[in-house]
Amino acid sequence: MKLDNNYYVCTGCALLCDDIAVELEGGKLTKVHTACRKGFAFMKGCSSPMECTVDGKKTDLGSAISEAAGILRNAERPLIFGHANSSSGAQKKAIGIARKTNGYIDDTSSFCQGPMVEAIMEGRLKTCTLDDVRHKADVIIYWGADPANSHPRHMSRYSYFPRGKERQKGWEEDRTAITIDVRKSDTAEICGENGLYQIPVKGDAEFMDALVSALSGKIPKTSYDFDKKRVLELASILKKAKFGVIFAGLGMVYALDDREPLYRLMDKLNSVSSFHLIPMAGHYNMRGFNENLFEETGYINRVKFNGTEVLHGPEYSVIEALRQKAVDAALVIGADPSSSLPRSVVRYLEEIPLIVIDPCQTLTSLKANVTIPCGLVGVETGGSAIRMDGVEVELKQITDTDRLSDEEIMTRISEAL
Amino acid sequence: MASVMEIYQLLPKTNCKECGKSTCMAFAVDLLSRKVKAEDCPPLVRENKYRANYEKLSGMITPVGNVTETGLIVHDEKCIGCGNCVVACPVNVAADPMGAGSGKAPTSDRVIFKVEDGVVKAVNVKECRRFGENRILCVACIDTCPTKAIEFV
Repeated sequence: MKLDNNYYVCTGCALLCDDIAVELEGGKLTKVHTACRKGFAFMKGCSSPMECTVDGKKTDLGSAISEAAGILRNAERPLIFGHANSSSGAQKKAIGIARKTNGYIDDTSSFCQGPMVEAIMEGRLKTCTLDDVRHKADVIIYWGADPANSHPRHMSRYSYFPRGKERQKGWEEDRTAITIDVRKSDTAEICGENGLYQIPVKGDAEFMDALVSALSGKIPKTSYDFDKKRVLELASILKKAKFGVIFAGLGMVYALDDREPLYRLMDKLNSVSSFHLIPMAGHYNMRGFNENLFEETGYINRVKFNGTEVLHGPEYSVIEALRQKAVDAALVIGADPSSSLPRSVVRYLEEIPLIVIDPCQTLTSLKANVTIPCGLVGVETGGSAIRMDGVEVELKQITDTDRLSDEEIMTRISEAL
Repeated sequence: MASVMEIYQLLPKTNCKECGKSTCMAFAVDLLSRKVKAEDCPPLVRENKYRANYEKLSGMITPVGNVTETGLIVHDEKCIGCGNCVVACPVNVAADPMGAGSGKAPTSDRVIFKVEDGVVKAVNVKECRRFGENRILCVACIDTCPTKAIEFV
């Protein structure tokens, strides 16, 4: 047994905690230190690893890859989807394949944090890194987010409990945590009785406008008659903030029909104090895909290549592409659309040739024509990924595997094309 | 964490002394500190009218397989390994300000809490502020636990 003091990175969620120590025995993980329950389960690997198959029959890697390349070659408009759980290297190769095959390319941010990441990449919203939050933040708002469940170490590692350079007294005296949510989540439990602002479903836009009014010294009005005193109280806390940060969860993203109310709130907050926004990305490299595709095309998701032309719009999103039956083959890597999307949308995946690349068996892979297993990124293979706040993190290999990395598989498919 | 009054309200409150204690209140105090089990109250188990209360009590008073000398229990099945207690514990901060106190992996052996295999483990419990001569009623780890996985008995 050896205790490895070199810290590793956990790829369980978009926090990419880089202080994980492991104990190895015979090349296998026996103990994981500091990772949360979610990260530990992720690092332990899958209970049912995926086999290399073509049409349900076991086969070797070479023929699976050439079969996959054949499907993509014969397709006129293939869909390349997923990417949130794959390394940046594999994502870049996937963009190359989409370009070669005139395909649609989209990732899970299309129905997740896409709007927030887009606004940040376009420079419309002020953002900061999680390390800034640890060192400087004094007012922290979890809006439609429940990090206690989605990102277990979020509060302990970055946002609320730790001591930082300018916040040496930590949570008790130096920081104020506020939850704005439709229910009393586990995060709200920690924020205390006065820390929770419970609003009705879809009440977010109105609450933002009420806050803007309160910050401008007007009476904050909402159609659901939220206690005006409490809104004014919140406004005075926000005004006094030296370094504020809003963690935008999916609750906020889904509640807003457009981003204008959020822009109004952020502009107002930044005129009276200093506020930043960080999207609570779920999968470990969703933000990475957004940044990689932005670099290549100027768009963060929902792209269709057409020769040298790049098309972008809601009609090229994974949901519309499948619903309109606009694609004629699909490659899914690092995602499980059959579990995360409605059945009415993903049913079409069963009708077209489907390739799945993943370490574990998923609901999607059960219906695939070609399945190619890859190494678990961050445990069996290395690479790089981008954290929820846009910081690039280098991932190290911990254990050996005979499976190829997702990047190598994508390279070989690209070559076979 | 259950209080002694909550437990007392669920007991028969007849002071029948069948359990060997002089009053039901005394039994409640012992039950809270896990000196007795809910089953040690014969009427509670025997009589049908107390069935609902008995079931409620059994759920409230979870068994203490892994209780430490200081009475600290970590309920493994509830813990999510978030590490809030690791960072919030004043003893951890004093022992390891740049590691555990700053949200990172503990770098000192003197910490009380650390996370192993996704669940928090209590070590060096004698350093806990609730133990020893100058003990105080510190609740830093209980207050910060989102799932109420830490309990003192």
